[in-house]
Amino acid sequence: MKTIVRKYSAALLSIVVLAAFLLFWPQKSAQTFSTLSYQLSTMLQIIPPIFILLGLFDVWVPREIIIRLMGPGSGFKGGILGFFLGSAAAGPLYGAFPIVAVLMKKGASFTNILIFIGAWSTTKIPMFLFEMNALGYRFAVSRLIIDLVGILFIAAVMNLLIPQKEKDRLYAAAQNR
Amino acid sequence: MKIGLNVILLYAFTLAALIFSALKDRKKTKKAVLKGLKSLNNILPQFITVLVIVSIVLSLFDEALMTRILGEDSGFLSTIGAAVVGSITLIPGFIAFPVASELLRSGAGIIPVATFISTLMMVGIVTLPMEIEYLGKRAAIIRNTLAFGFSFPAALFVAWVVAL
Repeated sequence: MKTIVRKYSAALLSIVVLAAFLLFWPQKSAQTFSTLSYQLSTMLQIIPPIFILLGLFDVWVPREIIIRLMGPGSGFKGGILGFFLGSAAAGPLYGAFPIVAVLMKKGASFTNILIFIGAWSTTKIPMFLFEMNALGYRFAVSRLIIDLVGILFIAAVMNLLIPQKEKDRLYAAAQNR
Repeated sequence: MKIGLNVILLYAFTLAALIFSALKDRKKTKKAVLKGLKSLNNILPQFITVLVIVSIVLSLFDEALMTRILGEDSGFLSTIGAAVVGSITLIPGFIAFPVASELLRSGAGIIPVATFISTLMMVGIVTLPMEIEYLGKRAAIIRNTLAFGFSFPAALFVAWVVAL
């Protein structure tokens, strides 16, 4: 019981804040609830299948395969694979993090995981077509090009700034998810 | 409730994978589903936290306020404002792109709009509790800071190309 309360303490706190917010700002309640139901329905739509697929991936895909394809020795190909895996995805960025945990568990390199996160956040293929429609091809294509640079830049800088000890800790934590 | 095509595809794919897996090995499939549920259960508190914070933040940053911030005539201030709004909010692309297009039509500058789109996608302040859970505090903060800083040169580049 005590551990459950501790586990949910941030969630409980946020609900208290929400209640206080609605109490002091009742005219915002319609907007708040419509956002809440919208975000909740998005989460309920994409979260269950993602976690089921992750479970299947975890059980069926041997560690050796991911180490070979995306591990520290996978080089250029591993980065490309991380990029396409992230770009093919659908859904908001928080959907990527559970996948990151499984990729860590299976031995993908930290750099390739960072490329995957970067691609997931910003170069999604379905979104690209949509962006071209709404904002024009110059906007969409130039953003895609500069974001490719950005993804690699952010991955490289992070790789330098995060000490090996912290990486080891993250990989160890991923084993128990 | 609008259900997108990609959601339908996601479910169809998941179902097909489950059936295929169960045909090959029922025990392994059961283990896979249990594993998936376990990791979902582990992250559930962060999900709820993020969900509630997002609702509060988005009701504060409604479209009217966003238009006011991004549409300011002063280019520099509206760009900073756009970066802050983009970092805090969590709006799916299929809503953000039409809004951005509308902002451009009503006279907002291309630099603030591109900064807004960039930070919206790469920086996630409200989803930080989840990111920290998986990437650790250090990596999560560094990633978001770098992405925030990167959004400005990226927006300049986009504006430069669009103006060519």
